[in-house]
Amino acid sequence: MSEKRMAKTANEAIAEAMRQINPDVVAAYPITPATEIVQIFSQFVADGKVTTEFVPVESEHSAMSAVVGASLAGARAMTATSSQGLALMWEILYIASALRLPVIMPMVNRALSAPINIHCDHSDSMGARDSGWIQLYSESVQETYDNVIQAVRIAERSLLPVMVTTDGFILSHCLELLTPLLDKEAKDFIGEYRPKNFLLDTEHPFTVGALDLQDYYFEHKRQEAEAMIESKKIILKIGEEFERKFGRRYEFFEDYKVIDSEVATVVIGSAAGTTKVVVDQLREEKIKAGLLKLRVFRPFPAEELKELLKNVKVIAVLDRADSLNAVSGPLFSEIRNALYDLEERPKIVNYIYGLGGRDIGLKEIHSIYEDLEEINRTGKIKSLLTYLGVRE
Amino acid sequence: MANLKELSERKELLVGGHRLCPGCAAGIIARQVLLAAKEPVVVVTSTGCLEVATTIFPYSAWKVPWFHNAFENAASTISGIEAAYRSLKRKGKIDKEIRFIAFGGDGGTYDIGLQALSGAVERGHRFLYICYNNQAYMNTGIQRSSATPKGASTTTAPAGTVIPGKIQFRKDLTRIMVAHQIPYAATATAGKWNDLITKVEKALATDGPSFMDILSSCRLGWGHPPEQTLTIGRLAADTCFWPLYEVVAGEYHLTYKPKKKRPVTEWLKTQARFKHLFKPENKGLIDTIQNYVDEQWQKLLKLCGEE
Repeated sequence: MSEKRMAKTANEAIAEAMRQINPDVVAAYPITPATEIVQIFSQFVADGKVTTEFVPVESEHSAMSAVVGASLAGARAMTATSSQGLALMWEILYIASALRLPVIMPMVNRALSAPINIHCDHSDSMGARDSGWIQLYSESVQETYDNVIQAVRIAERSLLPVMVTTDGFILSHCLELLTPLLDKEAKDFIGEYRPKNFLLDTEHPFTVGALDLQDYYFEHKRQEAEAMIESKKIILKIGEEFERKFGRRYEFFEDYKVIDSEVATVVIGSAAGTTKVVVDQLREEKIKAGLLKLRVFRPFPAEELKELLKNVKVIAVLDRADSLNAVSGPLFSEIRNALYDLEERPKIVNYIYGLGGRDIGLKEIHSIYEDLEEINRTGKIKSLLTYLGVRE
Repeated sequence: MANLKELSERKELLVGGHRLCPGCAAGIIARQVLLAAKEPVVVVTSTGCLEVATTIFPYSAWKVPWFHNAFENAASTISGIEAAYRSLKRKGKIDKEIRFIAFGGDGGTYDIGLQALSGAVERGHRFLYICYNNQAYMNTGIQRSSATPKGASTTTAPAGTVIPGKIQFRKDLTRIMVAHQIPYAATATAGKWNDLITKVEKALATDGPSFMDILSSCRLGWGHPPEQTLTIGRLAADTCFWPLYEVVAGEYHLTYKPKKKRPVTEWLKTQARFKHLFKPENKGLIDTIQNYVDEQWQKLLKLCGEE
């Protein structure tokens, strides 16, 4: 295994993974903060470092349309985007998943307009949570890279598209240490793509995208739902294989001292790194604090989360997106739902933080654990939802 | 030039049993386009009548690989398919010649799909884009598009007591395609089968993007008996309402010059969508339409060096 370490941003790491994957087709459109991915990859194409057919489309809608076409034609196809770009792809996201196309898409998390903002929050990918795409979130540059490599296998085994997210600017533009796989390791791990049915097989013509009415549509959607259920096993299996070969462990989530904790947070993305520091500080003070970092948001590992969180007394769910539903953020809804069947449920509160790239530091996260301890002491929840770090 | 005997021996790639209306030109056009293809083809169709009526699951009238993605993205979808073909061919995974054809109605081409079409043509993918142009959103129930001619009554630009149908002239999409420096662009009409098929052959032989705007009667939307579809298609060319020409590498060529240019009223009076134009108060409008047709025809003759 490679021991070569290098300093890379997440954008550079994604481009590097894409060079190793060497997709048959990449169709993409620039958007801050994901632009560099396409830029670096275009240079790989120009320098002959990949044999990819690069399609510099005129919009993200066309990017997703073209990769859907390419994938159905029999190619391993990728694109990359962020925020408004993802929003413009919306219509075709659902088509990619419903046609069971293993498209792979790195997605750099950025706030949605309005007001226009280029910095990190998770509104973009959270909005796409019901589009039938597998969603893998990343805490670090290394995880971003590893997730992209694994996404190829996950997509092609489950026949579902996979979105790998990384935090805009916080990861996309910041240097961290990366230990990439050797080219041969990556190539062997990914393997050849051999689709069963593909449009370019003109001797075996078939029709895709037919009008599907009351008599069949529901069955097709049910099959799609089943594919998402089945993808859970695939994600775990590929994570295990990755760990066996390269030593880094990937599951649905990371249990950071949750198992014996009384107060715990559930966090997605780069804020988990900051939270780990706070947990360590609290542990030194003999406070039983923990962190559950969610990696796989779609499929949602409800049963597994329930099992891990069942003995925690008080939980805070941190959402870097708002559902604007007058109740809570999207992650909170799902976590609270997962805990409903427990006989003795933990108390649970929600914090919405970091919208539009608002920084979150040790102090803010520390304040969350202080709140949790107070709830644990008094048994009383003062506020179900707190907007953290905002002027009100 | 297409040979009728030879065509009759080719395999039908769009077969009967589909649910297009009697007298619909779209099915006739699609069938003729596929008959013209000598190599295997992959077809993309944008959302619209042709798509919904030929592929009601689990049935399909298509004997070729066929894909419908969405409404506005036939051109970007076929870009991706063609890119996959280039890539897999370069890698030695495919060795045969395949041609790529996208079908879109005028709504999916002139309006919502124009950006995707412009991008695909600019990038230079090798594909033929066929606009089966019935001059309105017929699939959703005859709403106006930017291809609807001036004066036509549609459900979103109806002839009323104050406004006499569509106010604007139609967009000239073929000229817009020519402005992309497209290697091959042409107009055609259902009813002139030889002209149509010959142009498809030329388009498919073009190493790059090609575009055809084919006038396609919708007997419901236009309002005429189904058996008149092809006659009306020919009349459009004979009145110069829909001139037949091609543009090869920027050079205009007329492919049909009526022996006697007939007045536009002969075309207008065949269809209910123009019925209100024959009221005395709309006389001026008919004159405007005739003047416009004459002007456009003169411009075209000049471009074709036929003056």
